[in-house]
Amino acid sequence: MSERAPILEVRNLSTSFKTDQGVVTAVDDVSFDLYAGETLGIVGESGCGKTVTSKSIMRLLPDHLTIYGPESRILFDDKNLAQIPEREMRDVRGARIAMIFQEPMTSLNPVFTIGWQLDEALKYHTDLDRAGRREKSIEMLRLVEIPNPEKRISEYPHQLSGGMRQRVMIAMALSCEPDVLIADEPTTALDVTIQAQILQLMGELKTRLDTAIMLITHDLGVVAQVCDRVLVMYAGRVIEEGTIRDIFHRPRHPYTRALLDSIPKSGKREHGKPLPTIPGIVPSLFELPPGCRFQERCALKEERCVDEEPRLEDHEGWQVRCHFPLEIGEVAEEVR
Amino acid sequence: MALLEVHDLVKHFPVRGGLLNRVVGRVHAVNGVSFSVERGDILGIVGESGCGKSTLGKCVIRLIEPTGGSLTYDGEELFDLRHDELMPFRRKMQIIFQDPYSSLNPRLTVKALLKEVLAFHRIVPREDLDARIMELIAQVGLRPEAADKFPHEFSGGQRQRIGIARALALEPEFIIADEPVSALDVSIQAQVLNLMMDLKRDLGLTLLFISHDLKVIEHFCDCVVVMYLGFIVEELSCDELHERALHPYTKALLGANPVNDPDDARDLTVLQGDVPSPYDLPKGCPFASRCPVVEDRCREEMPPLEEKKDGQRVACFVVE
Repeated sequence: MSERAPILEVRNLSTSFKTDQGVVTAVDDVSFDLYAGETLGIVGESGCGKTVTSKSIMRLLPDHLTIYGPESRILFDDKNLAQIPEREMRDVRGARIAMIFQEPMTSLNPVFTIGWQLDEALKYHTDLDRAGRREKSIEMLRLVEIPNPEKRISEYPHQLSGGMRQRVMIAMALSCEPDVLIADEPTTALDVTIQAQILQLMGELKTRLDTAIMLITHDLGVVAQVCDRVLVMYAGRVIEEGTIRDIFHRPRHPYTRALLDSIPKSGKREHGKPLPTIPGIVPSLFELPPGCRFQERCALKEERCVDEEPRLEDHEGWQVRCHFPLEIGEVAEEVR
Repeated sequence: MALLEVHDLVKHFPVRGGLLNRVVGRVHAVNGVSFSVERGDILGIVGESGCGKSTLGKCVIRLIEPTGGSLTYDGEELFDLRHDELMPFRRKMQIIFQDPYSSLNPRLTVKALLKEVLAFHRIVPREDLDARIMELIAQVGLRPEAADKFPHEFSGGQRQRIGIARALALEPEFIIADEPVSALDVSIQAQVLNLMMDLKRDLGLTLLFISHDLKVIEHFCDCVVVMYLGFIVEELSCDELHERALHPYTKALLGANPVNDPDDARDLTVLQGDVPSPYDLPKGCPFASRCPVVEDRCREEMPPLEEKKDGQRVACFVVE
């Protein structure tokens, strides 16, 4: 996979917001590559900057309150999306890079039929005539396995269930055959049995259309199920990046490890035992601790962690931001 | 005798419409549910949105008036009691809500919030109020400074701790926890679950734990009741849940839960279709429309909830 050129390159992305309490940096120096046909997971807890990262790429943040760092580059199709004018961005957004949002209930317009909403994107981004667009819309609904699409197309969002609405969102996002699909917590609002349907559908579509997917989620189970590579974020920073197997079997950052440990295991017969926890809470972005951002909650903290923030270091394609990364052998043993 | 026994609990919500605002239909939220909780046990209730699990929880302490059925707590029938007769039971039975953001009064400090509960039930003498409040705050792992803060100054996990402190204020025997950790991040979820487990042990509580997350239920509870469309489809022990599960819906729930292991090659169980509407209940088994092993009989007749070995109960014609 590494021989291929990445389809999207994010370099040193920093996104800050102007607030009443001053400027706060929500995403700090984030870099990653995304390749066609792969699923990259971005995980982290609330407020770690995962959604801001995706909205920065889509340029969906309010212009007058957002500051992109001078080094920030979002390279897509030989353009730097962080700098091109809004006019040009409109040809990319929705057509080449599409997004699925968390809340299928609120991200569809309740006063228009789903047919109208599917048509809108096609009208703007393609040359199809009216009949052609209708045909394409029905085809997309069929692709996401909505039963009876000819009838459903003239229904309103409130007539559909949560799972169906999310399918419509996916159909809409894929209708212009984008190169990159950003899915921001696509299944968080759904029940597990419906979540399984949507994840299966996204996997099939990825293979069929060779789309690159960026999946943003807080659910590590979902990541294990569908992703190829994972980026773990904490308080605006990337703290670990690796292949799915590295992250789940051989996590090297104490935070990744603790996060994995704190999830109740199914079928592991640990019933009633206390769960391993991470003490404390995520630091406020206004009052970041000195040194490593995780040091206040880290079980392996040493003096150096307070004095100096670790850099994201590359260990043969696997990156970790820690002065004292866990050893491979030791971890594998303890985790099992 | 079990501490709590529920028999054939029914809750239907009327739907009004038309010019005269007459009752035009009913939402069948809970349809004849029976179960019991032994003293000191934790019973889990699991199911997807709209399966009636929260309605059931609220009916148990009569925050919602049930349509029918009976409930005995410690031998006493609760559904026949007048409001004032219910008060002593309200003290013994407390509830922790899902959303720590909307279940605390934003205008009261933590101290005022706890004082309100304690003073209303006149549970401690006035001069001991402050000491009791500080004790509660310490019990749920908050710092003493928390007493003078307002709910908005806390994070989600801390707010849930305040919710727990409020429930504990009346020294209850029985607590209903309605999705207490669903709104929290995983690292915080583990902290709150551990706290609840410690309190349960130290105070000898009995719990009804409502959740949509089978992983949390399996970890935390002794037994679990699986609900679908207002019916109990299975009740079983949480030990070896995977081996014991018989009902196709329970199996589907277990199979649809993503595992934290990329090498676990088994595919997710994917059910077809959506949950039917509780407005018009289907004839026959509620799960028939999505069941992978459905037979003709399932669409005609409702399978009874039958006892198998070890107290496991299953409502399915197909499984043995």
